[in-house]
Amino acid sequence: MTEMQQNEGNTRGGDKKMLIAMSVIGIICAFFIVITYQGTLGIITKNRAEALNKAVYKVIPGISRIQPYSLSKDKSFSVVGPDDKSQQKVFAGYDSTGTLKGIAIQASGKAYGEVLSLLYGYSPAEQKIIGFYVLESKETPGIGDKIEIPPFLDNFKGLDVSVRDDLSGLKNPITTVKQGKKTKGWEIDGITGATITSRGVGNILNTSAGEWMPLICKNKKSFEMQNTEKK
Amino acid sequence: MNPTDHSNSSDQGFFGKFAGTQATNEFLKGLWRDNPVFVQVLGMCPTLAVSNSAINALSMGLATTFVVTMSNMLISLLRNFIPKQVRIASYVLIIATFVTIIDYAIQAISIDIHKSLGAFIALIVVNCVILGRAEAFASKNPVGYSILDGLGMGLGFTFALFCIGSVREILGSGSLLGFNFMPEAFEKWVIMVLPAGGFFTLAMWLLIFNGYKLKKASHE
Repeated sequence: MTEMQQNEGNTRGGDKKMLIAMSVIGIICAFFIVITYQGTLGIITKNRAEALNKAVYKVIPGISRIQPYSLSKDKSFSVVGPDDKSQQKVFAGYDSTGTLKGIAIQASGKAYGEVLSLLYGYSPAEQKIIGFYVLESKETPGIGDKIEIPPFLDNFKGLDVSVRDDLSGLKNPITTVKQGKKTKGWEIDGITGATITSRGVGNILNTSAGEWMPLICKNKKSFEMQNTEKK
Repeated sequence: MNPTDHSNSSDQGFFGKFAGTQATNEFLKGLWRDNPVFVQVLGMCPTLAVSNSAINALSMGLATTFVVTMSNMLISLLRNFIPKQVRIASYVLIIATFVTIIDYAIQAISIDIHKSLGAFIALIVVNCVILGRAEAFASKNPVGYSILDGLGMGLGFTFALFCIGSVREILGSGSLLGFNFMPEAFEKWVIMVLPAGGFFTLAMWLLIFNGYKLKKASHE
């Protein structure tokens, strides 16, 4: 056997050893992750639901009771229990007299980092977004996370999301403008240095509001009626 | 720095018959003599970014302790099985696994803490303290000592983060671990919870730590 053949044999043996080692480590790691995921899934789901409930009270000020509603296939809303796992779900908030104060809607999309998950409060009476909360964010710490603090949050003290008369969509799309350049009610004042994140928020809200607002306006009575029935 | 240098026997009083043993030294070196933040100046990104409050500092420190201890254990167990050429890839895979596990665990403990630590949980993977201990110690030493080394380094990291986080929270927010105890007239030093406050506080602690070490050395 020549020296070259011997070296080739050693390399093959080394490659095989490396492949086996990486595969075995991969299997061990996957096993640990799956066990942990299965073990914590129930608790995490419960914690997330509690955090979502708390956030609803933050985005609709002055409420004392919330009621989840699910969107059915015929585009109408029906009351569901707190444990309902429907993806198409909104939360109506009522004050102590049983008056509908607003509806909280979840929205998510891409900003600068991974998926940005938001919750916003909508007032059907004013046709405005009245509250905003970041549920999950992987935006750059110190830069992108400025969307969670004032002055950016001041954008959502009455962001205009009026719906067209024929309920086909928003009268004016939500747009993010440069910091300090906001002149119209449907514009969001962006953040200098976190342009992509603040634009991302604008895009996520515009897409979500464009889908949900016409449906909510069309079924506005069902939220109030359900509440009267409850009383 | 020699990881198996066991010359330090200054802690004999507290540790009794265990003092000066290799196991005690492996554990203690990370806490004080080779503290990852105050001596080795490693893992500065989470140290400065997450230490704006004591609870965040503690959470990040304990999460890192779990990851460095568990990864040290597994790497040490597999040290004779992992080929030299793929050792770094293997270490990163193992470290990333334990970071994923701690990510789930923090979500199960508190969603609020998970949210406040944000992207930094995932970034534990690239904390050089962890990869450093894997390469410098766990890959060359038995399992027991590797666990003690990881535990000591992790707790040393937690101690340093807590020192920085508590000063920043007291001065920047007028509270410690969320409890307000400063008088109402106290004017909060907002800069302390901002990134610049992290640098100021770290510099102050480094000054104290090194000043104390120098004084001690001169007495000896």
